[in-house]
Amino acid sequence: MSDRRILAPYALSAPATAVLTAFMAAPLVMVLMLSFNSFTMATGIRPGFTWANYAEVLGDSYFHTIFGRTFLLAAVVTAVSVLIGAPEAYIIHRMRPPWRSIFLLIVLGPLLVSVIVRTLGWAVLLGNRGMVNTLMMRLGLIERPAEFMYTFTGMAVALVHVLVPFMVLSVWASLRRLDPAVEAAGLSLGASQATVLRRIVLPQAMPGILSGSLIVFTLAASAFATPAIVGGRRLKVAAMAAYDEFLNSQNWPLGAAIVVVLLIAMVTIVLGYNRIVERRFHQVFQ
Amino acid sequence: MTVGNGRLALLFHAAFIAFILAPLIVVGLVAFTPEAYLSIPTTRWSLRWFVAIWNSDFIPAFWISLYVGCASATIALLVSVPAAIATARHQFPGRDALVAYFLSPLMVPHVVLGVALLRFMAEVGLTANIFGLIMGHVIVIMPFTLRLALAALTGMNRHCEWAAWSLGAPLSVVFRRVTLPMIMPGLAGGWLLAFIQSFDELTMTVFVASPGTTTLPVRMFQYITDNIDPMVASISTALMLLAVVMMAAMERVYGLERLLAGKGDN
Repeated sequence: MSDRRILAPYALSAPATAVLTAFMAAPLVMVLMLSFNSFTMATGIRPGFTWANYAEVLGDSYFHTIFGRTFLLAAVVTAVSVLIGAPEAYIIHRMRPPWRSIFLLIVLGPLLVSVIVRTLGWAVLLGNRGMVNTLMMRLGLIERPAEFMYTFTGMAVALVHVLVPFMVLSVWASLRRLDPAVEAAGLSLGASQATVLRRIVLPQAMPGILSGSLIVFTLAASAFATPAIVGGRRLKVAAMAAYDEFLNSQNWPLGAAIVVVLLIAMVTIVLGYNRIVERRFHQVFQ
Repeated sequence: MTVGNGRLALLFHAAFIAFILAPLIVVGLVAFTPEAYLSIPTTRWSLRWFVAIWNSDFIPAFWISLYVGCASATIALLVSVPAAIATARHQFPGRDALVAYFLSPLMVPHVVLGVALLRFMAEVGLTANIFGLIMGHVIVIMPFTLRLALAALTGMNRHCEWAAWSLGAPLSVVFRRVTLPMIMPGLAGGWLLAFIQSFDELTMTVFVASPGTTTLPVRMFQYITDNIDPMVASISTALMLLAVVMMAAMERVYGLERLLAGKGDN
């Protein structure tokens, strides 16, 4: 009996552990090994151990541009998401009951629709003869269609649209614990609206902003569909570069090295971020 | 209670909502164009692009997506529930590490998972095999089914279990007759969320897509990178309607806010 009780949780966890190990952990190890293999057009993938793929990814300016663009895009998207997502979460938080759920639903609902559908909307809006350009030309703001498709701006706009719901959700969740009486007390004690925002609301929203930023940043840095459709081949990001190596150039070892570098860079950023956040903001998490 | 927003705040809010809805509305309008090119219908509306879907290869892709979604959500739930019981109801060495392991797919970008799955399937001879794709989806969605199963198990009143057990019901009966019915809404929510995740998954799937495993998002992606015509808009519109229906269902079963709070990837 006692043996069975001790072993029971392990037995219950076994199926999930087995599935994860077989279909995630083992494949990831395979990718790591693959990234050390060599490749030539003539012979294909050759087993062996070489650092050549990493030397190429880390040394070639072509890949520097791609990784620089990827992380710049992620940083811009995160910053914009904070700037528009956090105030929107606060506004929704302050709404009266029926409106609050309605607008929360409108903001979060798109998460249930494929990212392809949402990106398609931007492709239609941002095209040369798209709505944004037509509108701006009619208003006399511009004379010729402005380029949005296949530009960094276009990618950033579409990606903010795809990811900002996560920011709103995250900030809104942490504002939910804010007792409205505290705000009222601040106001009644003579604090200005701005002071209340800065001294009461912002500290309360901070955990949500910080965790939302992490979610948005990591998703933006590894985004594939939106940059691929709006940015196209001209403005490749890391995920797109890996896709090309695997499915177009067939240079699997190089593609494997790209994703390993991406994974390591992201894990480093996430861990470093957590460290800094814990040190600088540890009081807000208490 | 301080409620209500200033005028400036409402203006900002209106702009934000317009930003969120504009691309979706535009897609919904273009879907009804009678023209052969992308345009917003003004005087004449047409369903020709919805009709065109029926004879396209989006339909088989839809069935594949449906199959993969149902299969992977079910498998993920079946392995998650015992794992959730183990971690919610037992204290044992390595428990925290195990929970971290179960949630670890959330930390790995889908593009990395896609590459891994492609390599894995090639190595073990599963290339172009739908089983491999389903298991890949199970990995992606398991953290969600696990989390919702955990939430259901820790949120339920355990006195009911104890009462049944003290009245002499064997553990298996307690689970089947008491625990399972009580956590069912949570599990249903988890299954639905997992299904949606699988149904919308693109980045991982695109790496292993072959003619037999081309899901709807992958087919749409391939189509859009070639050219954008009103047909993809009408498919997108159909998918949005589907999402609205599912949203209503989830709101009924589980409460959408709680469900979406558990979602973490696109």
